Amino acid sequence: MLINVPETVVADALRGLAAAHPELTVDVENRVIVRRDAPVAGKVGLVSGGGSGHEPLHGGFVGPGMLSAACPGEVFTSPVPDQMLRAAAAVNSGAGVLFIVKNYTGDVLNFDMAAELAEDEGIQVAKVLVNDDVAVTDSLFTAGRRGTGATLFVEKIAGAAADEGQPLERVEAIARQVNENSRSFGVALSACSTPAKGSPTFDLPSGELELGIGIHGEPGRERRAMMTSGEIAEVAVEAVVEDLQPRNPVLVLVNGMGATPLLELYGFNAEVHRVLEARGVPVARVLVGNYVTSLDMAGASLTLCQADEELLRLWDAPVKTPGLRWGM
Amino acid sequence: MLDADFFRRWMTVTAASVNREAERLTALDSPIGDADHGTNLQRGFTAVTAALEKEAPDTPGGVLTLAGRQLISTVGGASGPLYGTLLRRTGKALGDAAEVSAEQLAEALRAGVDAVMTLGGAAPGDKTMIDALVPAVDVLGDSFAAARTAAEEGAVATTPLLARKGRASYLGERSIGHQDPGATSAALLVAGLVEASGE
Repeated sequence: MLINVPETVVADALRGLAAAHPELTVDVENRVIVRRDAPVAGKVGLVSGGGSGHEPLHGGFVGPGMLSAACPGEVFTSPVPDQMLRAAAAVNSGAGVLFIVKNYTGDVLNFDMAAELAEDEGIQVAKVLVNDDVAVTDSLFTAGRRGTGATLFVEKIAGAAADEGQPLERVEAIARQVNENSRSFGVALSACSTPAKGSPTFDLPSGELELGIGIHGEPGRERRAMMTSGEIAEVAVEAVVEDLQPRNPVLVLVNGMGATPLLELYGFNAEVHRVLEARGVPVARVLVGNYVTSLDMAGASLTLCQADEELLRLWDAPVKTPGLRWGM
Repeated sequence: MLDADFFRRWMTVTAASVNREAERLTALDSPIGDADHGTNLQRGFTAVTAALEKEAPDTPGGVLTLAGRQLISTVGGASGPLYGTLLRRTGKALGDAAEVSAEQLAEALRAGVDAVMTLGGAAPGDKTMIDALVPAVDVLGDSFAAARTAAEEGAVATTPLLARKGRASYLGERSIGHQDPGATSAALLVAGLVEASGE
């Protein structure tokens, strides 16, 4: 691994982020990344966060048109309430703050605690839970569907709404709408290695793949013999489309898990496009790249979001962050 | 009777056993979690012992409330809020008393465990820390040694269970056959009572 010691991986990355992006305020000690111009007068603040290891999510999505601040935790470990409170205070202009929370037990508990603390300090807080992963089937007997690729759609679209000056309840409603209209499915071709452990978190022989994986190196629901890109696209599209039943054109995110080359991701996108066409699902926009990663895991996830005119307009709005940038 | 010194020792010996067992906790967390339970608790209890030295609270309740706050502020993940709430609520239930009895501690810990169940939504049998804590609290009034045995047996008994809470629940049937790391660390916390009392 290209690291110094496991203990300083997150702090080292934050120092590097600060050196590359002077337009961000990076508090390495307290682990908060904030738009340098925050708080923006009259604007709702958008705060997200989660374990590290998913870069560019979330810190790479801080900037005009997207997040106001992000709180990185240890690798695959939710950040602590102190970080979220600090971020909320830094971005609150008086218009309130929206917490965007991926549905994992740790993230939910820590953001809930932070919301209480922030409200005690007079900051108005709303929360939106992202839970788009269709691989978690029986939600009654699990911690519920995980938040994965849809987080990017929620952060981008809600971020555009906030930048337009829409009020907190409206930004919250839009974020909720995006989540409810998004579904994801992920596939791993290899496990990932956390810096602390130094070796793969599970054993996946070459020649096999895991279907329905999460983004924390946890195995999926099912292991199969290796499939072609086209076969994987059929499984992923079917899982997502059957659950989502889209009636509107969709935003497509073909997301790499960290160790799959863009060459393969674009090839996979071609297969996804073919299967969507065969199923009669119209495509509005496509994003291909490594956005919601799982360290050095090989594989990909597919996220679809059915978008009406308003969501499309907000998706197309300018954004300027380290990880996502267009129109400005 | 148990005074603030006893509770400080409880936290210190727990920090030491978490250090000793960190690799084992992380190894248990690999097949059904994300391989960091030992590391995360180590970071938390190191902060707890440092804060106790610095602030030196002089009541049992003060020691546990401070310890709980430190865990919430430093651990992250689900373990931070859950262990933090356990100690903070137990400490609050002990109030301002300078000394408490083992029965009072048992009663306060029950309030702490109830708060953890409310926060995390887990019930006994869901393959979580609750499976070590509930049986331990049930016999804590008898002796700390009995509580330690009950917690250790409770942790071992999570092996055949299907996880219904936390990250292991995503694995469904594949979570069966692995001992729960949270129940295992909870048993370390209970065992710390025996060591702190010099039994």
